[in-house]
Amino acid sequence: MSKALLYDATMCIGCKQCESACAQQNKLRYDDTVAAEAVQSEHKYTVVLTKDDKFMRRLCMHCEKPACASVCPVGAFHKTKEGPVVYDVWKCIGCRYCMVACAFAQPKYEWGSLNPRVRKCIMCPDRVVAGKQTACAEICPTGATKFGDRDDLIREAQERIRLNPTTYLPRIYGLTEVGGTCVLILSSVKPEEYGYPATAKIGETPMPEYTGRVMERVPDFIPVWSLVLGGIYWISHRREEVAIAEAQEEKSGGAR
Amino acid sequence: MKIKLTFWRVVFVVIMVLGLYSTYIRYFHGLGAVSNMTDQFPWGLWIGFDCLCGVMLAAGGFCMVGAVYLFNVERLHAVVRPAVLTAFLGYVLFIVGLLFDLGRPWYIWHQLIYMNPHSVMFEVGMCVMTYTTVLFFEFLPNVFEALNWKTPIKWIKKVYPVLIVAGILLSTLHQSSLGSLYLIMPSKLHPFWYSPALPFFFFGSAVAVGLAMTIFESTQSAKAFGRQLELPVLVTLGGALLVALWVNALLRFEDYFRRGLLEEIIKPSYEAYFLWLELALTFVIPITMLSFKKVRLSPQLLYLASISTVLGFITNRLNIALIGFETYVGHHYVPKWTEFSITLMIIAMGFFLFGLAAKYLPIFAEAEHPVRARLESKAETETVSMVGTPVLDNAGD
Repeated sequence: MSKALLYDATMCIGCKQCESACAQQNKLRYDDTVAAEAVQSEHKYTVVLTKDDKFMRRLCMHCEKPACASVCPVGAFHKTKEGPVVYDVWKCIGCRYCMVACAFAQPKYEWGSLNPRVRKCIMCPDRVVAGKQTACAEICPTGATKFGDRDDLIREAQERIRLNPTTYLPRIYGLTEVGGTCVLILSSVKPEEYGYPATAKIGETPMPEYTGRVMERVPDFIPVWSLVLGGIYWISHRREEVAIAEAQEEKSGGAR
Repeated sequence: MKIKLTFWRVVFVVIMVLGLYSTYIRYFHGLGAVSNMTDQFPWGLWIGFDCLCGVMLAAGGFCMVGAVYLFNVERLHAVVRPAVLTAFLGYVLFIVGLLFDLGRPWYIWHQLIYMNPHSVMFEVGMCVMTYTTVLFFEFLPNVFEALNWKTPIKWIKKVYPVLIVAGILLSTLHQSSLGSLYLIMPSKLHPFWYSPALPFFFFGSAVAVGLAMTIFESTQSAKAFGRQLELPVLVTLGGALLVALWVNALLRFEDYFRRGLLEEIIKPSYEAYFLWLELALTFVIPITMLSFKKVRLSPQLLYLASISTVLGFITNRLNIALIGFETYVGHHYVPKWTEFSITLMIIAMGFFLFGLAAKYLPIFAEAEHPVRARLESKAETETVSMVGTPVLDNAGD
């Protein structure tokens, strides 16, 4: 069963311990300067955003059908059965199609490096496979970020909305967006206000289907189109051969 | 030997020096230092121009090969060699451009071992790789003729039908797939340019630009090498270009109509200005011009119409690659001068190599028709000449 993270923005106190735990887990520098940065980058996979007195976390959504994995020409991204979408740096050629394709704009790039890598939250795959929680969920003091089975977390989120309909917006962001994600968000303020793409904009169709519809025709297109082209070639050159043969016949006829 | 100092040679040297400096920055200080690309704008001028436009500008190769060898339009025979040369250089330089844009170009060969058949990029990559090989073999007879090697020419002529069919098949696939690349970004690319019909638009524009580029380069090389212009050739191409432009225009109209954007596109907005520029250059100007018989019969005006078409479709692809993302990102992307300088260096290399090839290889010589050559072994030479259309006689010199 797929694992997931449930982030409940109403429980978040903005302590940013998830940021520092993430940095530690991924061996990234984390100090006051980094903590003050309100954007994700190649050295900051997750960020806690503040607006008035409310908070919102951003991180890779770990889509059920990830666009990054489908577009990568060398398959450097893949969705694991446990849920995390992981990156194999040794395959990457650096085309950055993943960055352009991701509806949540999650993959970031090491623009300053001479052998750059794509960087994003990979949902602590080593810990998850070992049956542990992600670093951010483990450290969260209020339980705002909770790790668990996706189905269980969805049930729990629905229960929280049912019990506190005045606190929560009646939706779980990530339940159906782009075909469902492994990061689920509960909040009292629209996630869109913190830069999440609007549900209406990204839709519920898994992103890979947009290109998949075209790509699945390619195997049929190749033989059919080859035959058509070959046929045209044969017909137009057959005509020429016939013309030559006729001309030759006429000539030999005239000589006789 | 003394090299004469001319204006264009000085320009060439300046472009190369600046380009080499930018190349140094690219490989010793990284993509961040050489470009204005960011996490918000991961694809910049190099993808927009060098790749999307470069492949489109090289489309003349498959268009002319298709017209002459597939449909037997013998009148166009004289432009096949320059068109194939342009295409071959275009694809080689496209790959050179990729080596600048890819973050880890030394792993470009991973494409061959870690294949992901679901990726449009993978399909484009494989097609470009194989098509460049096909173009290499289509170009090779020029070299063999210059060296007067008879046997290898015979071998290549044997496989010519396969090369022709493969070349057109691969071109159809990757020209349209360049458009499919953007199908996965419905929420990011502006609705003026995002359309489920993108693969059709990209293929359609490739054909139109292929024709326009052939007119452009025939006129240009006629000027440069002091050759006589082949008017019947240009007239045929101009007529075909008019048809291709109409097909493109109707496709675009149909798409905007179906998606209910017709009212949207006439309202002034940042994107609308760029769209108007694009539509004026691609459709309004050349279609109006080419509708007059006087224009279709004048090499000078045909040349202008083809330039408008080429610039128009370049605007179209830059709109898709750059302008169409600005609203989503929320700020503008303006390429750094080093990005321009590398693009200019690649273009300059293209002109230089074309000039070299035109000088030392029989590019503009009256080329042998490979099929007729094959038939020559069966029929006598004098009989063959009877088959050629009268137009052919004054073409090609």
